Amino acid sequence: MSKSRNLFFLSSLSLVFIFSLAYNFADRNITKLPTKPRTVNAEYDFDLRIIAAANASNAPRELGGTLGLGRKALDEEITAWDLEIAPDGTGLPVGSGSVSYGEEIFSEQCGACHGDFAEGVDRWPELAGGEGTLADEDPLKTVGSYWPYLSTAWDYIHRSMPFGYAQSLSDDDVYAMLAYILYSNDIIDDEDFVLSNENFLDVEMPNAEGFIIDDRNVTEYPLFSRDPCMEDCKLNVEVSMRARVLDVTPEDDGS
Amino acid sequence: MTKIKTSRRSFLKGSVAVGGAALTASTTANASEPDPLITEMQEWAQFTGDGVDATPYGLPIDFESDVVRRNVEWLTADTISSVNFTPIHALDGTITPQGCAFERHHSGAIELRKEDYRLMINGLVEKPLIFTYEDLERFPRENHVYFCECAANTGMEWAGAQLNGAQFTHGMIHNMEYTGIPLRTLLNEAGIKPEGSWVFVEGADASSNGRSIPIEKALDDVFVAFKANGEALRKEHGYPVRLVVPGWEGNMWVKWLRRVEVTDQPIESREETSKYTDTLADGTSRKWTWVMDAKSVITSPSPQAPIKHKSGPLVVSGLAWSGHGAITRVDVTLDGGKNWYQARLAKPGETKALTRFYLDIDWNGKEMFLQSRAHDETGYVQPTKEQLRKVRGLNSIYHNNCIQTWWVKKGGEVENVEVS
Repeated sequence: MSKSRNLFFLSSLSLVFIFSLAYNFADRNITKLPTKPRTVNAEYDFDLRIIAAANASNAPRELGGTLGLGRKALDEEITAWDLEIAPDGTGLPVGSGSVSYGEEIFSEQCGACHGDFAEGVDRWPELAGGEGTLADEDPLKTVGSYWPYLSTAWDYIHRSMPFGYAQSLSDDDVYAMLAYILYSNDIIDDEDFVLSNENFLDVEMPNAEGFIIDDRNVTEYPLFSRDPCMEDCKLNVEVSMRARVLDVTPEDDGS
Repeated sequence: MTKIKTSRRSFLKGSVAVGGAALTASTTANASEPDPLITEMQEWAQFTGDGVDATPYGLPIDFESDVVRRNVEWLTADTISSVNFTPIHALDGTITPQGCAFERHHSGAIELRKEDYRLMINGLVEKPLIFTYEDLERFPRENHVYFCECAANTGMEWAGAQLNGAQFTHGMIHNMEYTGIPLRTLLNEAGIKPEGSWVFVEGADASSNGRSIPIEKALDDVFVAFKANGEALRKEHGYPVRLVVPGWEGNMWVKWLRRVEVTDQPIESREETSKYTDTLADGTSRKWTWVMDAKSVITSPSPQAPIKHKSGPLVVSGLAWSGHGAITRVDVTLDGGKNWYQARLAKPGETKALTRFYLDIDWNGKEMFLQSRAHDETGYVQPTKEQLRKVRGLNSIYHNNCIQTWWVKKGGEVENVEVS
């Protein structure tokens, strides 16, 4: 065997060694080799092996557990975004506001849509009134008549209002506006009342007990899970109501 | 005429026949004059059309310009906090094109660049985290098709037939193929503390719509999506990132998702107390009615898609879906519920996604009262309006999944009605 042939033999051996290393490494750590050997293009397969050998050092590792993506949120960032208030008052900031100041700023900031007395303008929401109407044909759902938690109102005013200029109110402004809304709903009678984080949970919302958790699985699903009638299910079919008579459909309906 | 003699098709003795084999030759007319569209040279057959790049991003051809979203002006005070409706009467298949998929905004559709996008995971986690859009793209990705239905879809119909068109009665729905990452992947990255039992999810727009979701659902199939139908989300659907809450009401699918906080209690935000709660006849209200029950509607024929041909072969087609899983069967009646026939599903139902159904009939040209009735994998059967009203009264607003009636008149015109 000539020297050069010897060299070739050695390097071939080492190549094979590297290939098997790469294969084993790849096999155990990432992808399964195809169960059926590739027969379509042996050369292509060979090329892949060379690439695998060349990349053995940075071959993909199977991802598992956490990936370490993202970065730790800073306290200032959490403070800036974590604003919502829970029913038990979690998240409520220190502050206060009076009914009289609330009336003043409500009229400035909210009156255009909600009316000076929270009675609603056009189709914008009424915030006051409607007590005792929930079982009526046309219930009026307001902060006073419907909302179960005061925290919801504080949170919504603070995070989402005024419409078109959200999160522009100070904490004290929010307390004051809410004090005025409570007053408009006769939940608070005292016009000198001051709402604060101290007395917040003392306010009783009239409809606090008016909600039940979804009970469809008991009240509806058994009723609506029966084999339905397929033939001769009823004798007569009469029209009992027509959309045309109401005529509330937009004219350009594309038909 | 070949008729299939099966019991459920026994009505074939009448003049309305179901099934391809039952098609008659009633519409095969003989022409007396040659058709000039064939005998005369047409400009499109002689001259060239647009080159490539005439429209780098294509819109539907002008002839389809009536297939658009529409709103109902009297429903809301303005269009910034409002909703519009998918033209389901004019679509087929199941995937809703993004460009005509309904929109619901509480403070308008905002423009938020990917570069400016941040997602915060905080609350009861081992390590609060901030992700950029690029970070999200590095997590293992999944693809899923889900329907998104507004809880108020069909809500205007509680008290009676009101809006004359499937687009308006049932168009607060769309169905897209989403690409993104399971929310559980992100939560695991931050490490949920044992006391974490809910997540509060919040959007980046001025409404900062926030909803509470039980941790079980959050770890099950809730999905953080950044692509829909293969391309970026449209701004009106929450570009660059929205939440997908399969089978649950659309309001929870927070758009422009910016924060997921693990909590030990529901927040009872405005959208889960004063809205999206269902008032019963006695004035008490159900809350946490998240799941969208099985429902279906015939999209054609329907008031905006009347029958324009004479008697003979007619394709009755519609959509069915369930927030509890896959649709297993759809029944259709042509006579207001006297007799029902099983429709053909275009494909087997897929979980929490729209299913297309067809009933191919030989229309006798006479009036029909069309209804469809969906069955899902839990055995639930879509109820009638009467059944629902008996349990809920008329003021629920949300979750109206009743059987819909279309009155097809002799000439092919269709109207939204209620029948006895």
